[in-house]
Amino acid sequence: MLYALCFLLFMIGLYCAVVKKNMVKIVIGIMVMEYAVNLLLIMLGYRLGGTAPILGGADADGVTKVVAAQFLATVVDPLPQALVLTSIVISLGSLALMISICIRTYAKYGTFDITEIRRLRG
Amino acid sequence: MKGMTVIVKTVSSWVKMLIFLFGIYIILFGHLSPGGGFAGGVILASSYVLLMLAFGRELVERNLPLPLASRLDCLGAFLFALLAILGLIVGGVFFVNFLYQKYLPGSTFHLVSGGTIPLSNIVIVLKVGASLFLVIFMLSRFRYDSKGPAEKLASDPTIGAKE
Amino acid sequence: MALFYILLLFIIIAAIIAVETRNLLSSVICVGAIGFGGSLMFLFLRAPDIAITQIVVEVLGLIILIRATISRDLTFISGDREFFGTVVSVVIIFVIFVAGIRVFDAMPQFGVPVFSHVQDTASEAYISRGLQDTGVTNLVTSVYLDYRAYDTLGEATVLFTAILGAMVILRDKSRKRIEEPDV
Repeated sequence: MLYALCFLLFMIGLYCAVVKKNMVKIVIGIMVMEYAVNLLLIMLGYRLGGTAPILGGADADGVTKVVAAQFLATVVDPLPQALVLTSIVISLGSLALMISICIRTYAKYGTFDITEIRRLRG
Repeated sequence: MKGMTVIVKTVSSWVKMLIFLFGIYIILFGHLSPGGGFAGGVILASSYVLLMLAFGRELVERNLPLPLASRLDCLGAFLFALLAILGLIVGGVFFVNFLYQKYLPGSTFHLVSGGTIPLSNIVIVLKVGASLFLVIFMLSRFRYDSKGPAEKLASDPTIGAKE
Repeated sequence: MALFYILLLFIIIAAIIAVETRNLLSSVICVGAIGFGGSLMFLFLRAPDIAITQIVVEVLGLIILIRATISRDLTFISGDREFFGTVVSVVIIFVIFVAGIRVFDAMPQFGVPVFSHVQDTASEAYISRGLQDTGVTNLVTSVYLDYRAYDTLGEATVLFTAILGAMVILRDKSRKRIEEPDV
């Protein structure tokens, strides 16, 4: 049921990116889609009552470097977390690029409405 | 972009060093506790953005000029690729952790451990922090009514008549 | 578990407000609320690295979005929407949503990660041999900076290219003023 709510969030973002006519609203729709995807990936690796994937003092031996068995039984998955970390920073870079396109288009045409931007040569 | 009132300027001049110090802590201990290079780089960039919002753009331009920031950005990207190629030359495999496996194992739970991983954190901070500072600086400098070169030539007839 | 439902409901309500409101500034503020709720979700899903990164990235993203919307008189958009296009899009999105719900029956139950009932996965190897192979105690760092460092190199390249593109678009073109025109 939680996965279905995440998918609903993705569909809300998709509706905003397809139907709206304001350029900034389209950018906001793309951002909501990215949030939904990151959330779903982290939810896939969760274990009920688990611990974060960071070794403490009691979880591993310092010299022999062997991880305790109790840590192995309750830790959450670290692999989706590593992939989502880079995805969040990339979404910031692409947001900067999209907003710079919007600002440049507003400076040239005077509006954010995409149905009034028809001339390819200004 | 002008600055803000006296209260904001005073408080942010105290707080900016705390934010910078917190960012450096997140970066340096990134391999022992949550954090890492990406979060730390964004925190460092946001301390400069706080300065830009509170004091105006000219003070930040004097402190960290734009060519220096873009050179730091390119230096970070170049050093990251250099670390990868050094792994190929020294270790035999592309991007291997050659410091940990051959030269400097260090001890667990200490700052010097993990080989090239703390070095990668610092290099990522250079790249991410400088990039995000650059893009927010350029976004705040953009003026909505700036004209292109053709309109400037047409509206000002003395420009093309030089030399 | 009830906490996750409450937070997700908060995020969905903020998303609906961000999509439907006519004032651009309120929808930008609702995007900030979505990011904040997402960071809380990450914290309760036992991912502290991601929670720190999400909240600082969302603050900078808010500053970038507000820069685009806070100027003169562009916060209201007028004009009527086309009725037929909206209805067709909503129907198609609803069909995709209903068809996609059935995929979630085949996925594992929430709270049971994949590596606990499938033998010999990559995550199990990363957890049990991470400290021995890399020497760091933060397993997420050992994954994205040692085992999968090539993905991080690709990410640094993508970020570099995106910021390069943004700087080219925002460049001030006044340097061509004193050049001679092309022959």
